[in-house]
Amino acid sequence: MERSTLDLWVGIFVVVGFGALAVLAFKVGNLSTYNVSQSYQLQAYFDNIGGLKAQASVKSAGVLVGRVTEVRLDTSLYKARVTMNIDKRYQFPKDTFANILTSGLLGEQYIGLMAGGDEVMLKDGEEFKKTQSAVVLEDLIGKFLYGKAEETK
Amino acid sequence: MAITRSLRGIGARVVGGVWRIGFGTRFFLMTLFYSGLSFRRFRLTVRELFFTGVMSLIIILVAGLFVGIVLGMQGYETLKRYGSESALGTLVALSLVRELGPVLAALLFASRAGSAMTAEIGLMKATEQISAMEMMAVNPIARVVAPRFWAGVISMPLLAAMFSAMGVFGGYMVGVVMIGVDEGSFWSQMQSAVDFQHDILNGVIKSVVFGVAVTVISLFEGFDAPPTAEGVSGATTRTVVQSSLAILLLDVILTAFMFRGE
Amino acid sequence: MSSQELVEIRDVNFAYDSRPILKGINMTFPRGRLIAIMGLSGCGKTTLLRHIGGVLKPTKGYVKVDGQVIHELDQDALYLMRRKMGMLFQFGALFTDMTVFDNVAFQMREHTDLPEEIIRDLVMMKLHAVGLYGTQNLMPAELSGGMARRVALARTIALDPMLIMYDEPFAGLDPISLTVVGQLIRRLNDALGATSIVVTHDVQESLKIVDYIYFVSDGAIIAEGSADDIRASGEAFVHQFVYGEMDGPIPFHYPAGDFSKDLGIQSRGADA
Repeated sequence: MERSTLDLWVGIFVVVGFGALAVLAFKVGNLSTYNVSQSYQLQAYFDNIGGLKAQASVKSAGVLVGRVTEVRLDTSLYKARVTMNIDKRYQFPKDTFANILTSGLLGEQYIGLMAGGDEVMLKDGEEFKKTQSAVVLEDLIGKFLYGKAEETK
Repeated sequence: MAITRSLRGIGARVVGGVWRIGFGTRFFLMTLFYSGLSFRRFRLTVRELFFTGVMSLIIILVAGLFVGIVLGMQGYETLKRYGSESALGTLVALSLVRELGPVLAALLFASRAGSAMTAEIGLMKATEQISAMEMMAVNPIARVVAPRFWAGVISMPLLAAMFSAMGVFGGYMVGVVMIGVDEGSFWSQMQSAVDFQHDILNGVIKSVVFGVAVTVISLFEGFDAPPTAEGVSGATTRTVVQSSLAILLLDVILTAFMFRGE
Repeated sequence: MSSQELVEIRDVNFAYDSRPILKGINMTFPRGRLIAIMGLSGCGKTTLLRHIGGVLKPTKGYVKVDGQVIHELDQDALYLMRRKMGMLFQFGALFTDMTVFDNVAFQMREHTDLPEEIIRDLVMMKLHAVGLYGTQNLMPAELSGGMARRVALARTIALDPMLIMYDEPFAGLDPISLTVVGQLIRRLNDALGATSIVVTHDVQESLKIVDYIYFVSDGAIIAEGSADDIRASGEAFVHQFVYGEMDGPIPFHYPAGDFSKDLGIQSRGADA
């Protein structure tokens, strides 16, 4: 076999290329937290989800436990139905609170889970009964101004 | 008189353009059809991988590093105003993985490897090497074009990944090592924001599409070049211009499909 | 009859965009002969070769090689036919990205499953036949024009073709290389028992080596015969061509208006 230096270089090229892909996947991206453990699905209904989007994180006590997979309007209730994938390692009681929170004042929105005290855990496909909608800044300002107007009356 | 003449000129250009599009499409399909040899005798493709991939390595790595450094400096400047320097990693990584990596790597690839391919095939045609091959009962599409096509398609996503990885490293050097953004939040914010499927895989898909577009344009321009010195140099220029436009146009379309912001 | 003639060209007409190039050409190439087609540049000689190779299709008439009508063959049959043909292009058309060895070995590797050792031996034989044994590791760019032409010749005969076509094999060669290539063409033809067609405008060299000559002018045959017939030809054009005379049926001047009028010589003459 001749031209072995050429093969060597092509080999280096391919290895470096796939290495870069691996770095992107594990160091830059979230593949390391991706399929490592199985996940299960939970749903929650919200009156208003504000700016919540698919791929938003689901956190409990600040720890990432899952991701939002789908956001859609349920036309029978006219509420937003949010589907999320939760890491199988984490189980939550039936009376867990699901809140839509904002990281920082203008940061992105995520779902915060506050565990309750129930003995029974939520199973795949079930839903959070207790939810709190996103805080919409305009509503807040509106309420504040309305309150001020009431006070000065 | 002048009006009819210019109208006739426009008409001829339109017809010529449509003609070329048709010929180009047929050329592309023929390349796919005669691709068997590129895999049966993979050495042919490996050889072209050397000329397209390895030869573009340095420019891609250096350009990626520079782009990452600039992103780090500019991003820090802007993010500092909102007090969210810790999101620097997110900004650098997302802009590279989604857009700058695939697009800039493809643009560099077009001017480095694409133009070389056009010139090489154009010269092979001008010196009757293509005709000679045909007279030797060897299909030049299978023997010359297809291996180069596959080499381009294989090397493009790898080059884009290298570009992005170098860029992230550049951003890290500027943000963490030089400016002093917290290293933990740099990486963790990046990791929680960059999704493997949504961001990285879509970036790879983009670069594969760009790779197909650039190599097909380069090879076609070479194959279609008039067999003269001016013909080949004109074809080389057209390769760079058309590939760049194709990359940016395809990027608009792909971005619209991939990141609609659901 | 057909076994005697390897190539038969019957009433071939060809036109590019309604511009006629070939007008009713009839030629016969018996097996084992070395035949030249001569004429001025652009008279349709190369076009004729392309018809034999099946690159172009005649608008009328047909070309028969080894009993088969070329333009009726499908792609696979045509490629099979081309394996039995060899063509030497005007400037050799060596593959510039391969060594001399790989150039000569090209067809063997593409069309046969011969092991590498046998290919090596065959390549060395072919290179030896053209007197260039020892150049196998050079690149085409390192060869002189004459050597490149001989390497191309070695590549052309790589698979021992039954028909060898030469497109201007003498173009741009120095007198020594010219004689060498000319003698090689003759010797290879006889050694391989092949039939050769040489398209050229180099009269003196080709008259020395060929068996028969067709003279083509403006897409039609104007004279044919052996070398002596051609030398003695009474046809004015052939005479001018063979002896390289400056003026004759092909005028020195491009057919334009009167140059003296353009200079205004008449009017100035009137002034003086």
